[in-house]
Amino acid sequence: MTISDPNSAIQLGEDPRHRPLLVEGTGEDFGSVTQAVAGISEQPVQQTNKAWVAAFMVSLTLLALLGAMLFHLITTGVGVWGNNNPVYWGWPIVNFVFWVGIGHAGTLISAILFLTRQNWRTGVNRAAEAMTIFAVVCAGMFPGVHIGRVWVAYWLFPLPNQMDMWPNFRSPLLWDVFAVSTYASVSLVFWYMGMIPDLATLRDRASNNIRKIAYGIAAIGWTGSSRHWHRYERAYLLLAALATPLVLSVHSVVSFDFAVSQLPGWHTTIFPPYFVAGAIFSGFAMVLTLMVPARQFFGLKHIITMNHIDVMCRILMATGLLVGYAYSIEFFIAWYGGVQYESFAFVNRAFGNYWWAYWIMVSCNVIFPQIFWSKKMRRNLWVVMLVSITTNIGMWFERFVITVTSLSRDFLPSSWGYFSPTWVDMCMFLGSFGLFFTLFLLFLRFLPTVAMAEVKSIMPQAHGETSNSIHGQGDHDHAPAGGASPAPADRQPS
Amino acid sequence: MSDSNEKLHGIVAYFTDIDGLMAAARKVRDAGYKRWDSYTPFPVHGIDEAMGIKPTILPWIVLVMGLTGLSLGILLQWYTNAFDYVFLISGKPDWSLPANIPVAFEMVIAFSAFTTFLGMLALNKLPHLSNPLHKLESFRRITDDRFAIVVEAADKNFDAGRVRALLGAASAEQVEDCPVDTSRAALPLWFHGLAAIATCLTFIPLAVAFKGRFATSEKPRYHVWPDMDWQRKRKTQTEWEMFPDGRAMRLPVEGTIAQGELRDDFELYFGVDQDSFVPDRVSYDAGAMGPSAEGRPAWLTGFPTAMVVDEALLERGQQRYDIYCSVCHGQQGNGLGSVALRAKALDAQKWGWVDPKSLLADNAKSYSNGEIFHIVSQGVSTMKGYGAQIVPRDRWAIVAYVRALQMTQGINRRELNRLGVDPADLKPVPTIDDVRVSSADAGR
Repeated sequence: MTISDPNSAIQLGEDPRHRPLLVEGTGEDFGSVTQAVAGISEQPVQQTNKAWVAAFMVSLTLLALLGAMLFHLITTGVGVWGNNNPVYWGWPIVNFVFWVGIGHAGTLISAILFLTRQNWRTGVNRAAEAMTIFAVVCAGMFPGVHIGRVWVAYWLFPLPNQMDMWPNFRSPLLWDVFAVSTYASVSLVFWYMGMIPDLATLRDRASNNIRKIAYGIAAIGWTGSSRHWHRYERAYLLLAALATPLVLSVHSVVSFDFAVSQLPGWHTTIFPPYFVAGAIFSGFAMVLTLMVPARQFFGLKHIITMNHIDVMCRILMATGLLVGYAYSIEFFIAWYGGVQYESFAFVNRAFGNYWWAYWIMVSCNVIFPQIFWSKKMRRNLWVVMLVSITTNIGMWFERFVITVTSLSRDFLPSSWGYFSPTWVDMCMFLGSFGLFFTLFLLFLRFLPTVAMAEVKSIMPQAHGETSNSIHGQGDHDHAPAGGASPAPADRQPS
Repeated sequence: MSDSNEKLHGIVAYFTDIDGLMAAARKVRDAGYKRWDSYTPFPVHGIDEAMGIKPTILPWIVLVMGLTGLSLGILLQWYTNAFDYVFLISGKPDWSLPANIPVAFEMVIAFSAFTTFLGMLALNKLPHLSNPLHKLESFRRITDDRFAIVVEAADKNFDAGRVRALLGAASAEQVEDCPVDTSRAALPLWFHGLAAIATCLTFIPLAVAFKGRFATSEKPRYHVWPDMDWQRKRKTQTEWEMFPDGRAMRLPVEGTIAQGELRDDFELYFGVDQDSFVPDRVSYDAGAMGPSAEGRPAWLTGFPTAMVVDEALLERGQQRYDIYCSVCHGQQGNGLGSVALRAKALDAQKWGWVDPKSLLADNAKSYSNGEIFHIVSQGVSTMKGYGAQIVPRDRWAIVAYVRALQMTQGINRRELNRLGVDPADLKPVPTIDDVRVSSADAGR
């Protein structure tokens, strides 16, 4: 493998047919990729990265806090939260939307970037998918306990019951149940299926019996057979094609929870695309927040390269602008629509008693990401970390602003109020980070963090000397039925 | 197949790069082998063509299951919300498709995605944990950085020598035989015992649930989730030894009057003069027309000062009278209510039935307003009082209406003469005795 400047083509607009190398460094081959990725999970326990241990301890503590808060909540009742008249959707729903939004980048990177042949995704897709699943776990928990009597949570589903009643399928809240549970399960399948070949790698490298059995079962006997790969690739393409509308539908449905109501500030048709843009925005911010330290600690800098970070920063900036556009259009429509209550809701948002939350949101989501116009800043990891974290903060505040300011002052001034969270609200939110990071750190330590097979498939050696094509897993999907294989224009037949 | 091939699973050739693999794959394909495969750490481009792999039918399976998901999604929503348990939401139609699109869409995705995954596994015959290839030390590098071609002994053209020569000539890094895996990986005996016990244990919850479902018991049902069924409180009509009288419910303080229950207007509430004696239930002796004059309450002869007698009151009275009184006394007040007619048809007098009084009878006319009010409120002889059902002002409206009936219905002949009305112009008011009801009508 030769050394090349991976930036040259992207940055200087060279002949796009010659893509830059996606794995950086000298003498990188298939074996070294395997070693770099699989080596992480093969480290003996005693040699675990100190930073990982420290982070894991903190996460476990927060997870314990979450457990204590859940116990307190379930044994006492939802009155321990600050939710009260008129703000009955307080932090739990804010946190739900926050986490489910973060859970969008994973599937987006895996599915949409796969369909659009963005090969750079291979470096980060696995971790992003894992992040998706753990974020959806955190998200699902909040409405799960928000219903009050968690032991009858099965009422959410259309199960025959002794009351002879069915849920109301015309309620967006029920659509949400279907959307989020479909999303969680399909993301899980997508993640696991992508991991099977890499789990087989870990199985074949396993040195002790526990690892042999655990990875052996998880890899379900994968051999790398080309006949298997053929169906596997087709299945992966199908899953990507299915997950793409799914990922767009999920946050749209979440936005219906708000938009279908008649509350000023919620009742807007811009919500579905606005929520989806916000979700991608927050998801990419979280991917950056997680991957920048992870590549540092686990020696994956040559696989998750500065180019990955550069591209994600640009996506962050672009989606930040989309979100900013949505904010301004909301104001425009409130004015243009001429409805007194709508106008009030938005003026109140920016200059009412929650003005501070609104301006935190605008600063974090619209203003700060503009720093990424500068290439120097996109390549300064401290700046990247800082902005990705402020974006996460800003996106939490976006959901807070939408949920709480709209509810606290609606049509009737006599029923206005001011929402104050309780210590349980705060500890539960903090604890949800414990759950998220505990799962994510376990993933980093024990599962293939990077999609090895996919990374190998985009290395130059993967194409042989007779082919100059860039590998994309969907490339041979135009095969006519019955034919052994076509010869697409970008591939030289033998 | 020769005898020695039976112990052979296949012959494995390893390659270090794609080009060697592809060249060898074409050779093996062209040699006409069917039971062979190549093994790679990642999906190799062009290998499908080099090996002659036909496109999978997976997408068609997914299409069928996606459509199944769509149908089931629609059917589920129609059955649950428009058929089995009809929801009326804001006056919208029982069945309207737009609101059902999100769930139907999610069902399509869920069905398709799971079919994709499970279909891929099924077509690949996975999970398949025991594979003779996994016993080969070199084969472990297939998931790392090596490529292999395996020609299986099960192929009908298989000949070990020729395959070795074919693969050896194809720039293979190494060619080795893969023996059939004869080691029996039986699970240890203790595992069988443990599995048997565990299997039996799993039946216990099921058995308990079945018993709870079908057996009868004296004991109350086991409450898994108490919800708010048991609270630290006393319910109404129960004992509580904490109070001297042992009741959980407290009596109001003596002299307590509930809101709106202050009865200080005697005329309005009791039909007697202010501050005079208020009778409880007066017994009217059929012959003597009530108690002696000195014992009689000071009945109100007119209407209470709080009441305004006008047409609206009479209309209200007629409406209340038709609801409460007419079933017995008849709409004309002549005692021909439906209950009375039915009693007559059944010949109910033999069981002690007393015909409802005609309000047009002379003695009824002779009652003062206060007396009629009192009878409406407290009842008389076999008639129960309606004080609990009809508010005082409505009772007065009924009194007014009864007076109107008495003045307009069943006027006697002498009075007609006095008024100068021709009796032929008037229809006579029938009495209960005029009505002939056959017992055949009794069932109606």
